[in-house]
Amino acid sequence: MSGSALLLQFLNGLAGANSLFLVAAGLSLIFGVSRIVNFAHGSLYMLGMYVAVWLAPATGFWAAVLLAALIVAATGALVEIGVLRRLYQAPELLQLLATFALVLIVRDFALWAWGPQDMLGPRAPGFGDAVFIAGAAFPRYDLLLIALGPLVFVLLHALLTRTRWGTLVRAATEDREMAAALGVNQRWLFTGIFGLGALLAGAGGALAVPREPASLAVDLAAISDAFVVVVVGGLGSVPGAFLAALVIGEVKAFCIGYGYSEITLAVEFIVMAVVLVLRPWGLLGKPLPAPRGAAAVEPPLGRIDRKAALALACLAALLAGLPLAGDEYTLVLATDILVFALFAVSLHFIMGPGGLASFGHAAYLGLGAYGAALLLLRAHAPTEAALALAPLLALGGAALCGWFAVRLAGVYLAMLTLAFAQIVWSIAFQWDSVTGGSNGLIGVWPAPWLASKSAYYYLALLVCGIGIALLWRALGAPLGYTLRAGRDAPLRADAIGIDVRRVQWIGFAIAGTFAGIAGALYAFSKGSISPETLSVPRSVDALVMVLLGGVQTLTGPAWGAVLFVWLQDELAREVEYWRAAIGAVVLALVLVFPRGLAGYLKERFAR
Amino acid sequence: MTALVVQGLTKSYGGVQALRGVSFSVSTGELVAIIGPNGAGKTTCFNLLNGQLAPDAGDITLDGRSLVGRAPRDIWRLGVGRTFQITATFGSMSVRENVQMALVSRERRLYAPFAAFPRLYAAEADALLERVGMLEQAARPCALLAYGDLKRVELAIALANRPRLLLMDEPTAGMASEERGALIALARALAKTDGIAVLFTEHDMEIVFGHADRVLVLHAGELIAVGAPEVVRVDARVQELYLGAP
Repeated sequence: MSGSALLLQFLNGLAGANSLFLVAAGLSLIFGVSRIVNFAHGSLYMLGMYVAVWLAPATGFWAAVLLAALIVAATGALVEIGVLRRLYQAPELLQLLATFALVLIVRDFALWAWGPQDMLGPRAPGFGDAVFIAGAAFPRYDLLLIALGPLVFVLLHALLTRTRWGTLVRAATEDREMAAALGVNQRWLFTGIFGLGALLAGAGGALAVPREPASLAVDLAAISDAFVVVVVGGLGSVPGAFLAALVIGEVKAFCIGYGYSEITLAVEFIVMAVVLVLRPWGLLGKPLPAPRGAAAVEPPLGRIDRKAALALACLAALLAGLPLAGDEYTLVLATDILVFALFAVSLHFIMGPGGLASFGHAAYLGLGAYGAALLLLRAHAPTEAALALAPLLALGGAALCGWFAVRLAGVYLAMLTLAFAQIVWSIAFQWDSVTGGSNGLIGVWPAPWLASKSAYYYLALLVCGIGIALLWRALGAPLGYTLRAGRDAPLRADAIGIDVRRVQWIGFAIAGTFAGIAGALYAFSKGSISPETLSVPRSVDALVMVLLGGVQTLTGPAWGAVLFVWLQDELAREVEYWRAAIGAVVLALVLVFPRGLAGYLKERFAR
Repeated sequence: MTALVVQGLTKSYGGVQALRGVSFSVSTGELVAIIGPNGAGKTTCFNLLNGQLAPDAGDITLDGRSLVGRAPRDIWRLGVGRTFQITATFGSMSVRENVQMALVSRERRLYAPFAAFPRLYAAEADALLERVGMLEQAARPCALLAYGDLKRVELAIALANRPRLLLMDEPTAGMASEERGALIALARALAKTDGIAVLFTEHDMEIVFGHADRVLVLHAGELIAVGAPEVVRVDARVQELYLGAP
């Protein structure tokens, strides 16, 4: 690559860094003050894009950018007042889940309002042409963006360091309890910071319109980029976000420039992983202050006693008789339910007793599914071998991601697992020659003896039944207790000879493997797979199943899966925007039943 | 017989020297108290002994084996049990299961995926709980225990690995006064019968001078007096430290 081409790539990276910075700075500011990682921040960015494209024909480009930013800011403030304000005292996991529900709702809103097609925006008046730099053409608009990033940074820095409001924001970031004790009005501060964060995201989105079309996939792409940036820069640090946005912007530009756009996300992940290992709180961040007050004590996990075992045996016998009574549709739905019950139980294994809430568990479901399909179609392996070997791919993925994950906690863990899943997704989505790209793989049919719906149902019943039984058994064995020990009191666990990271790593790998088993079964039951199988919303489905059933119950997550898959089936048939409906269900669940349905019922009837 | 030998232990945080060249030893069956004002370096000393922190200089040996550079979990396997200043037990488990956890770890069966945990070493766990007087509450969730009872459970957990050295960081903090003497008397009895070297920090001077075989006095990271309680009690520097200049 010549010198001028290198320079152009470099400038390209700077231009891209602008929108990265705007999104990440907002995310970081909001986290600093409220301690909430706003998963919906990418959705606000997407909203900014759509609103700008939609308004531009009527108002002109610049007015559209301004209006889009303001409309998104108002949306952000409303979301804070309507939803998040009720969740500041809730467990971290529920906060994350609530903001994720917003992602689903915003995406379906955009689908309803603007349709599924990508929307190209106008060019910026006066900046539509190219300038020549070192003999090569470079978009004039990108030069504007390069200048805009530092300008916003300086303005933001001045706002935070030179104004009274900025002082309050910094005080609250430093020590929330102390700021409240000194009489800072938290309500308006929080609403204000959400509005500001949303403003930045909306502006970032609107300004990106001349560079890329508005599309429905922008939200998750933007949020995973922003996660990488804030993790690298340090959560809560605006200068950190600026620095990291430059780094990541350049990484992306050069990956694309050299023709390796497929590996961009993988390279980003490597950068993030290296930073996390060397400086777990980011380049310019500070270690998070530990929250005051005792940590939450988790209730004991239930056990399967004689009575429960008998009930489960009866249930198994009943399920074995289903093909005699049910039609094909029922059998397909029942197979789905079994597969997702195993998937949910595998997530619960590491999330409940292990205390590691993975936001990317679908990656292992997907690795199992793609593994099975590839073994069948590319290696021409028999069905049985494909089913048996595919989970090893999931094991490999889980071992890799888990090695990093066990070194993190809370929001950092959520961001890392989500980013990993997004990378696996993008590999499946982009590697056309192997994975079939966005179309996925078709013709994944099982061997003739499993071809009938009832035969396959029996296989699913057997494999999922055994899988769930093994996982539950392990939770009642030393392995499960050791996981709980590491979650309950890591220092104490270490002081009695427990290698906490090691047992968590083992737990993570086991959970991934069983998700992979579910994935392999899933691929053959559908006959085809697409990147949808391992998309981030699918990971959130699993979280919802577990929470629906109750994280700190043993059998709850399986019932959560039954309810969820059935509900989804009903909704998908009846309601056009079922993702948004699921989002609404999640929001209601988080706000009304923070301990899950099973947990709620247990609490209700225990006394 | 000397169990623990500490030589020239030094640790600083940034510019603050928390410990400077501290040396002492503890013998089998001996009960040694570390006292000193807040910030004297007592907890730092404990965290160095069980490997939660690494020393800047100095050596720690137990029965001739160096403990420096090992992780807490490895130091535990070499025979160091510990109770924490702020009690740390597994809140989602019962009292018995807490002790069983330590026993399962001792037997290196932590990762066993199929064995039924509630049946593992239950009798031995109960025997340990009986020694600390917690058998009646064995089935209760640890999260529901009174503070003094939690301290006893921690003691039972620490005893599970038949320790050579028992570290107790403020074992009686937060307990009622009649409970305090009972707990230290219990620790003392265990030390004598099982031949355990016991090192504890304590703010209650009645406990220290009533039960310890020897007393170490730390001040600003330095050891200023060592000896039998009656000797330390009349030491001029200790008198000055606690009572002010004569």
